[in-house]
Amino acid sequence: MRENVVIRTVSRLAVPFIQVFALYVIVHGASGAGGGFQGGVVFASSFILMTIAFGLSSVRKRLNNRWIVICSVLGITIYAGIGLLCLILGGNYLEYGIIETTLGIPHLHGYLLDAVEVGIGITVMAVMTSIIYDMAERGGESS
Amino acid sequence: MIWELDFALLLFMICCAIAAITVRDLLHATIILAAYSLVMTALWSEMNAVDVAFTEAAVGAGITTVLFIAAIARTRRSSSD
Repeated sequence: MRENVVIRTVSRLAVPFIQVFALYVIVHGASGAGGGFQGGVVFASSFILMTIAFGLSSVRKRLNNRWIVICSVLGITIYAGIGLLCLILGGNYLEYGIIETTLGIPHLHGYLLDAVEVGIGITVMAVMTSIIYDMAERGGESS
Repeated sequence: MIWELDFALLLFMICCAIAAITVRDLLHATIILAAYSLVMTALWSEMNAVDVAFTEAAVGAGITTVLFIAAIARTRRSSSD
């Protein structure tokens, strides 16, 4: 399995396309189908494909536990930070219009919506990848 | 909505669901569940629920299958009862 050249070549070709599609789904989520959760899951599935093709240890070298913790905390911080900023400025939770009117920047509403989606996507990607790491690890303790 | 297509997809879905709980080999059951998820995706998008269809395709057919296969790899493959 580890020496199979077809699987390795196909997944090496497919992984960038899956990741670009995941980013498209995350950014396009405000206006069409998709969103942060779906895009994050698709992004995590590209890491699953890499785990199947190249083995767990080589994927772990690129995205180790430290980066997973950083990514999951960063995403939820973006999400909660924008939500709480709306609360501080006197609106409801995730009411972007209040930031737009306070700062006076036009079209900030859409950018904030995209930023929240990106935050959700980063967190979902990190947590899904961490679940897959723990499940795919053979017999060892999860660190 | 085309009710013939709906009917065929629902019939296939019920067949998949019954097959998934009657088959003995757990790996076969996992693959049948992935097929069930795929039919469910077609059904959701046929009912104009594209967002739900996307989630079903990503989570139901993708992540859940891999998680089940990883769980089977760490336990026994065939059920004893």
